[in-house]
Amino acid sequence: MASADTVSEAPDTAEPARRGGLSAWFNRNGWKQTVIAVPFTWLFLFFFIPFVIVIAMSIAVRTETSPPFSFVGEFPFVNTANTLRLFEDSLYIRAFLTSIWNASIATFLCLLIGYPMALGLTRVSKGWRNILLMLVVLPFWTSFLLRIYAWIGLMGANSWLNRLLTGIYNLVSPDAPLHHIQMMNTNFAVILVTVYCYLPFMVLPLYANLEKLDLTLNEAAMDLGSKPFQVFLDVTLPLSIPGIIAGGLLVFIPASGELVIPILVGTASDPMIGRVISDEFASARDWPMAATVAVALLVLLVGPTMLYNHFEARAQAAAEPKP
Amino acid sequence: MNRKPVFLYSCLCFGFAFFYVPILSMIFFSFNKSRLATVWGGFSIEWYGKLFANAQILKAALLSLEIALLSATLATILGTMAGLALSRFRRFRGRTLFSGFVTAPLIMPEVITGISMLMMFILMAEWIGWPGSRGFTTITLAHITFSMTYVTTVVQSRLSSMDVSIEEAAMDLGSRPWQVLKDITLPVISPAILSGWLLAFTISLDDVVISSFVSGPGTTTLPILIWSKVKLGVTPDINALAAIIVTVVAVCVAIAGVVMYRQEQRRERDVQMALRANN
Repeated sequence: MASADTVSEAPDTAEPARRGGLSAWFNRNGWKQTVIAVPFTWLFLFFFIPFVIVIAMSIAVRTETSPPFSFVGEFPFVNTANTLRLFEDSLYIRAFLTSIWNASIATFLCLLIGYPMALGLTRVSKGWRNILLMLVVLPFWTSFLLRIYAWIGLMGANSWLNRLLTGIYNLVSPDAPLHHIQMMNTNFAVILVTVYCYLPFMVLPLYANLEKLDLTLNEAAMDLGSKPFQVFLDVTLPLSIPGIIAGGLLVFIPASGELVIPILVGTASDPMIGRVISDEFASARDWPMAATVAVALLVLLVGPTMLYNHFEARAQAAAEPKP
Repeated sequence: MNRKPVFLYSCLCFGFAFFYVPILSMIFFSFNKSRLATVWGGFSIEWYGKLFANAQILKAALLSLEIALLSATLATILGTMAGLALSRFRRFRGRTLFSGFVTAPLIMPEVITGISMLMMFILMAEWIGWPGSRGFTTITLAHITFSMTYVTTVVQSRLSSMDVSIEEAAMDLGSRPWQVLKDITLPVISPAILSGWLLAFTISLDDVVISSFVSGPGTTTLPILIWSKVKLGVTPDINALAAIIVTVVAVCVAIAGVVMYRQEQRRERDVQMALRANN
């Protein structure tokens, strides 16, 4: 076996020296540079430059020209009027507060629904677990818009769900019967659909975390006389905090910048920040203001993101085998 | 200790009901005769017929597929290169900036990504005359950019869990870097590359926010078309479209699951055989 290998290898080792062209160049020195430079250049052109444009746009002045902006001609070349407007006009502050509120409530509800689900997934048999995990991921592969659309159908005034809920409500309080419950175009609808769309992002990291926990710890605590719920509070919950934080941020970060859900099921009177950015840009044609709000949203998201990276790095370090 | 956790099981039931009741209800009402999409008026499949007769929807679906195929393929090539660069070259100039470029698009709100790219395309058209009109090209460029970083994440995590000693052994035996990449690294990470491609494909096919910013008049992808129809309210033909999409996805995911399960079984059996042969 070994001798056959050496025979077949001999011409191979001699060949690259003779062969010219692309692969030889690649072998000499190009390959490292190519692998780094091509994606780097792409991201520089199509991610970094647009990003710099937004930052620069936030200190520009709106004009009636096309494209509708120009920069201040004199020192210090920075127009702070947009940033001041951010704090003076209550629209922006209200939009930020609505976004943070909606995203926080949605994250909390995702945790409330997702945690027992993730814990339950670790307790079912292996065959069932694969099927159920597939069912958690499945909605993610279907269209995001259609998942929102499914709820639009359910929340409408004539839908079976609305009539069912109205019937229950009228049974409980017959003094003031309702014709239907107003669910569409409310803040409640935004939160509900956000929870629906982002729940898998909570369940999966939590499951990954809970699955690794050592069940013998639970058994030890039980043997020492703890009640199941006490074991959960003292053992499982503290050990799953990295999973809670990872899942929470994976829900909170996209939910706070969400645009599609508030436009389709929310109210125009109580817009979220994504909608404000989009309206400033498209309807008001105020590019500098849209950019200013965008920069403010990014600044708001820096904290949670750094927190996420910190906990991810710690989880990675913990996962690596100890020497 | 071996008591069934009744509470957890009922939470699972509730959770899956929450996931699937809206989707099943939507599919159910796609067979509704009535024009009102949420009031039952008898069984009918006429909406499916109308859907397939609707040239606008078919054209949009075809455009979306074209963009998704092209952008996913290019995003996979670029994303795999970025993943290789980040996990195999520990030190090079600009590495911190590079890894920032890779992670930042993942957390950037879509609306900001969309607006920033649109601003750039408009300014480029103003200054260098390209792109002359927005449409297929601009959507594809935008999709490549934000889906390649997902590919990078998937590939990078596979590369970091891969046994580097195989690569080192090949190098020691005289393989060139290109040969190591072609004969060892790429075959080993090929499942990750495939799932990265699928992820990029799905993201592109599903994207509405960024597409609607960077598309021009006349370029309507399927999500943009659904978006404009959904804004006007619930219609039964969208229910039919949704039913088709959900069924296709469910079948694909089920097949992928079975294939992966079989492979896993075979691998375990092979490992068992190898162990027995050694003894």
